[in-house]
Amino acid sequence: MAEITQLIHHYLRHNKKFPLVFCPGCGHGIVLGSLVRSVHALGLAKDNVVIVAGIGCSGRIAAYVDFNTVHTTHGRALTVATGIKMANPKLTVIAVMGDGDAFSIGGNHLIHAARRNIGVTALVLNNFIYGMTGGQCSSTTPEGAYSHTSPMGQLESAFDIVELTRAAGAAGVSRGTVFHVKELDALLTDALTRPGFNLVEALTPCFTQYGRGNGFKSAVEMFRWLKNSCLPLERYAKLEDPGGKIPIGSFVRRDVPGLETRYAAMCQGLRAKKGGAA
Amino acid sequence: MTTPRNKRREAFLLGNEAVVEGALAAGCSFYAGYPITPSTEIMECMAKRLPHVPDGVFIQMEDEIASMGAIIGGSLAGRKVMTATSGPGFSLMQEQIGYAAMTETPLVLVNVMRGGASTGLPTSPGQGDVQQARWGAHGDHPIIVLSATDVPECVEMAVTAFNFAEKYRTPVILLLDEITAHTREKISLPEPGDFEIVSRLTPTMPPEWYKPFEETMRGVPPMPPIGSGYRFHVTGLTHDAQGFPTSRPEEVRALTERQFRKIDRFFEDIQLVEHVETADAEVVVIAYGCVARSARLAVRQAREAGVRAGLLVLKTLYPFPRRHVEPLLRSTRLAVVPELNMGQLSREVKRVNEGHTTVRTINRIDGQIITPSQILKEIA
Ligand SMILES: Cc1ncc(C[n+]2csc(CCOP(=O)(O)OP(=O)(O)O)c2C)c(N)n1
Ligand code: SF4
Repeated sequence: MAEITQLIHHYLRHNKKFPLVFCPGCGHGIVLGSLVRSVHALGLAKDNVVIVAGIGCSGRIAAYVDFNTVHTTHGRALTVATGIKMANPKLTVIAVMGDGDAFSIGGNHLIHAARRNIGVTALVLNNFIYGMTGGQCSSTTPEGAYSHTSPMGQLESAFDIVELTRAAGAAGVSRGTVFHVKELDALLTDALTRPGFNLVEALTPCFTQYGRGNGFKSAVEMFRWLKNSCLPLERYAKLEDPGGKIPIGSFVRRDVPGLETRYAAMCQGLRAKKGGAA
Repeated sequence: MTTPRNKRREAFLLGNEAVVEGALAAGCSFYAGYPITPSTEIMECMAKRLPHVPDGVFIQMEDEIASMGAIIGGSLAGRKVMTATSGPGFSLMQEQIGYAAMTETPLVLVNVMRGGASTGLPTSPGQGDVQQARWGAHGDHPIIVLSATDVPECVEMAVTAFNFAEKYRTPVILLLDEITAHTREKISLPEPGDFEIVSRLTPTMPPEWYKPFEETMRGVPPMPPIGSGYRFHVTGLTHDAQGFPTSRPEEVRALTERQFRKIDRFFEDIQLVEHVETADAEVVVIAYGCVARSARLAVRQAREAGVRAGLLVLKTLYPFPRRHVEPLLRSTRLAVVPELNMGQLSREVKRVNEGHTTVRTINRIDGQIITPSQILKEIA
């Protein structure tokens, strides 16, 4: 207990910003916990960690943690994160985004961050909905699901975050949930230690804006749904009929240097050539 | 020490290339952008030069929104940063200009104006972004907008743009036009010591005492680079002195007032103009950019024809240099404002005129320059 208290005091801006703005039962707070535990597990110095967040409930996470924190505009977290990483590659840069943030308004930046393989960890909190603006559909809202802007059921199909990011060329892609917390911690810790662009999708329930309108009786029921429908990738692969099940785990692990490393190497090469010629 | 005149390196450069020389002389080490005519040479030149600058970073982003995000990130990490664009890209950048103003992030944005609305006239000159530069981003915030008339001035104003950005912790927009950007002229390349170079103030107090958005003597709080031990929160939401979101009326007001005050107080430093024979003028031309070059000749010809004409070249467009313009409006019988638009700066002149003198405008929007004879006709 005492250790947890110490951790809280060390990593959270407790005296300034609590209680959390999140609704009771929101999964976002669990992702926040996972983020802090991963940084702690890796022994990263707070001064070297930068959280760049977008706009949305997920974006509010930045204000609570005692790192360098930047709350940017809606959808643009990855652009600012890219600038910070290129300017100072020594920093551990984490972009915290909602599904709307990362894949709707910020979709272009996401695929390019993956293609470019910038050394940033993208943490996407996927609740299938726009939470902060009150429950409109996002690009991850499942077909048929209800939202304030798809009152007759969503007609458009949803992005598969993992497949999209893999296709765009990311060095690492994984998916976890706020029910499978230990696994989520492990996925995030792994992503933070790897070079290049690594994305972690965290499935996180939003009972207020998504669950209520889609037949869930409580936030607890949404957690139960996560428990029952998500299963490790290895087990998922063996299923004959996946039938709506969602695989979780690590999908892509490629060891390729991040853009900042390749850029530095190019500059060094230029200098060496110049030195040699003189 | 400054290099003696005879040892100076000279070059035959485009206005756009001169901007790069100025930026590098000012200490710019970070460029992110997206190509667009007629600003592209700035980006291409940066791509070649920055890898040779110590820790220099060049990155081509996926669009102008991303470019602004990247330079904001670069600036937060302690770099002097720049991007360049033209009209359509400038429109895309507006949300982030507001973010940079709200978060007091220094950056330089060069907008080489083209003609027309939308994609308009990509390779023709225009001056249609003057009001967008002032009012393009939503909400109340101050902004600094500069311009240049020729290639040597491109160097000078690029340096000035960086100095203002750093000194006042604010985005600075350098508005050029296609003619200025694409004219080739001989200049002597900047040498160390040619210009006073200003860098942002960094905090000296222990991190736990530091308040990132605190009122200070100058109204400009010191700004440490991310990763230097001062951990704080940056947000585009209206925030308190600690940087955390607030909607308490007194804190909201204090923030906005300070952001305006830090610029207002230094009007004398910021509002740059050049007077050409205005002391005894009965007619004054007020111009900027390539049009000011035509006006210079027109005024000389008018003098030769016996008309006491003068020219006020505006190097700072915003904050509008009222303190220079107003006395001239009081002392002349006619003010002529030629512009490559339907009247964007003349609005400002008329606003401060308040009936002192006659204000005549010359507006050209066909992608062609305003010639000296066109101006001469109005003043002589
Ligand atoms: C340019 C712009 N467009 C729209 C908005 C309004 N807006 C704020 S948050 C948000 C959606 C948030 O959804 P998501 O990113 O999924 O995050 P969540 O709140 O669900 O965590 C929108 C549309 C905005 N702030 N800026
Ligand atoms: S609206 Fe949804 S995402 Fe936002 S705090 Fe509430 S439960 Fe969480």
